[in-house]
Amino acid sequence: MLARRDLLAGAAALAASGSLAAAAGERLSEDALLRFAPLGQVTLLHLSDLHGQLLPAHLREAEINRGVGGARAEPPFLTGAAFRRWFGIAAGTPMAHAVSAEDFERLARSYGRMGGLDRIATLVAAIRADRPGRTLLLDGGDTWQGGWPALASRGAAIVAAMAPLAPEAMTGHWEFTYGAEQMRALIAAAEAAGTRFLAGNVQDREWNDDVFPALHLFERGGVAVAVIGQAFPYTPIANPARLIPDWTMGIQAEKLAERVAEARAAGAEVVVLLSHNGVALDRALARRIEGIDVILSGHTHDCTPAPLTVGRTLLVASGAHGKFLTRIDLAVAGGRVVEHRHALIPVFAEAIRPDAATAAAVAAARAPHAPLLDTVLAETETTLWRRGTLNGTWDDLICAALMAETGAEIALSPGFRWGTALPAASPITMEAVLEQTAITYPNVWRRSMTGEQIKALLEDVADNLFHPDPFYQQGGDMVRAGGLGFVLDPDAPKGRRIDALTLLASGAPLEAGRSYAVAGWAAVGEEVAGPPVWETVAAHLRRLGTVRIAPNAAIRLA
Amino acid sequence: MAAPMGTPRARIPTGVKAGDVIEIRTLITHPMETGQRRDTAGATIPRDIIRSFVARFEGAEVFRMDLHTAVSANPYIAFPFRAERSGRFEFVWTNDAGETARLTAELRVG
Amino acid sequence: MPITAHIGRRTALTAAGALAAAAVLPPAAPAATRTPTEVTIAKIVGNRAVNQGRIAIRLPAIAENGNAVPLTVAVESPMTAADHVKTVHIFADANPFAEVASFHFTPACGRAEASTRIRLGETQDVIAVAEMSDGSVYLARQEVKVTIGGCGG
Repeated sequence: MLARRDLLAGAAALAASGSLAAAAGERLSEDALLRFAPLGQVTLLHLSDLHGQLLPAHLREAEINRGVGGARAEPPFLTGAAFRRWFGIAAGTPMAHAVSAEDFERLARSYGRMGGLDRIATLVAAIRADRPGRTLLLDGGDTWQGGWPALASRGAAIVAAMAPLAPEAMTGHWEFTYGAEQMRALIAAAEAAGTRFLAGNVQDREWNDDVFPALHLFERGGVAVAVIGQAFPYTPIANPARLIPDWTMGIQAEKLAERVAEARAAGAEVVVLLSHNGVALDRALARRIEGIDVILSGHTHDCTPAPLTVGRTLLVASGAHGKFLTRIDLAVAGGRVVEHRHALIPVFAEAIRPDAATAAAVAAARAPHAPLLDTVLAETETTLWRRGTLNGTWDDLICAALMAETGAEIALSPGFRWGTALPAASPITMEAVLEQTAITYPNVWRRSMTGEQIKALLEDVADNLFHPDPFYQQGGDMVRAGGLGFVLDPDAPKGRRIDALTLLASGAPLEAGRSYAVAGWAAVGEEVAGPPVWETVAAHLRRLGTVRIAPNAAIRLA
Repeated sequence: MAAPMGTPRARIPTGVKAGDVIEIRTLITHPMETGQRRDTAGATIPRDIIRSFVARFEGAEVFRMDLHTAVSANPYIAFPFRAERSGRFEFVWTNDAGETARLTAELRVG
Repeated sequence: MPITAHIGRRTALTAAGALAAAAVLPPAAPAATRTPTEVTIAKIVGNRAVNQGRIAIRLPAIAENGNAVPLTVAVESPMTAADHVKTVHIFADANPFAEVASFHFTPACGRAEASTRIRLGETQDVIAVAEMSDGSVYLARQEVKVTIGGCGG
């Protein structure tokens, strides 16, 4: 279990630093965001799940992020006021806006957009200048996918935009969806810019040999720091395996334990796991594997305003889309970490000067596509968001488009956690649509499914999310459904989590034996031939002109 | 007709010191036909699997495996061996029809 | 737990992980209601007692591809002439034929551990039965989930 007193101590320490001390309504300055009393020999910086988000954006946290069993009452499975209270963050403050969806519309207007790669670059440069020879910038992956510049360049534009930041190491997940060959080319480009791709849990399917280096030993501040990379273990299941046909992945806890031992044997005084496992799985691994000092946890887009602790392991998550940069300073003595200091730095775009080199790289990445991206498709009167255990309004819009454009009775859309939010009364541009949809397997499908098959699919996804053992949890959120109502009970046994399935068009219960016309996109099995989903959504938006979507009341938790 | 036995391959570690317990890895191309599948005409495709694998070192059996239909196509087999001296491995795969594939590989202990 | 610790190995796995290696004994069902797997295991075991522990079955928690699921089985043993693992039998309960493979070890192996890739048609338990040189028998089981997939964040 988490040591709550450690968390509270962490929160108290954090409250004294710049980012939490700001009062409600107060604007933060760059200096305040960077305020940090340096500690020890090593500074780790963690950036994860950028999802190709080069520009500042509105990013709305989940209202519901449901965990199962005992995990339900702990971070990361707390949201809103409960999350704030756990970490000692006052309502209405900049940090409250960064970590919760409370009062989103008003605070989004007040504090402005977050992220922006050029702002992150400024923070990184300032910290590196303050801590020369002591700093490691580590990228948790899901960096090269997301948005149109990434997809149109098959990741190359993001690799180029990251080059001025030059993280010392990274791992991956969606990077694999460009296919093995392109990924190798991108890794070569990243390595030329000084970024090592580390992943100990990717092996070739023939001999089971490692495809990538698992770890690298860095020296910072006279201390040997081992960084072990762990790519998203379920990539070949959650994403199309056909894109990486020769590679196999998995959690591989024993192998990871061996890597930790190997790192220590090679003289590592600090062992860092740069992970794309997600927080729940990383916490379970930390309980099982000794000897990891810091887990930098990506994938689930959670953020930790103070480190979670599991025994002697610090577990830190840094949000997504460039919203946060984590800094941890470590004091090392006698071959072990003796003290740490941490800050989750919220990247308030208006408070931070853009780094010129990165701003130029971002502009270069976007410029060729500006006419397409700036196209206004419609106006939204209500907030559009995605993040949350159940359907967000962006998902409802995508599902409505799928049904309207294909004539299907039911739509299914993946429970991706990436994607930006649009406040009410915003124009919906093609750029915003692509931020929700740009993947390498975007094609729309339409097929006939029986009620029984639909139920089985929902149950299968639910078990991948709400299995009581974190080793079986794949992260992400529940598959989004349109035209369907149901009640989800995450704590119910496998095969019995979905209840009261209703076809909304008729109000009748879904019949096991009847066939329904179902549309969807992002099929992980065989390739499908339909149009890319952004075209379907754009066509629908042009027809609508104005969007007004109430939060989904047909799909709810038990 | 049994499928051809395919090409056997083996990977023996290098830089081995006496007393090391090493992992020997082998692969052979073979469909491992289960006898459960039907062809496009609806006829059952007859069972045809590799049913045994034997590893010998300098003539003495060190490891053996019985395979059934649930072993995947192109069987991968890895097993440990305590390296005490240099010598020659012989690996033999045998199918349902009694046909064999053989491979020898040298172990060098430094 | 999806992955069991390999006791005595040079890993930093915790005691909690090691405890997960405890096996579940096959139910003492009447002979008439036994599954084919239970009947086969009963034939191997004979009238010997079935012990828990010592076996680690390493499988992915969730299979990427049911046609080729990587399997490693390891049994704690000194692997001496006097005390070693002779055979480890692997079963997949829900497959059309439960027998998957048998690994026959000798003291020359130095360690009782073998890997292969197996076919699993659906979510099920993989069972390992180890026969030791002293005649004792150990059993362990490990669940593998075979999923439709999709939707990862």
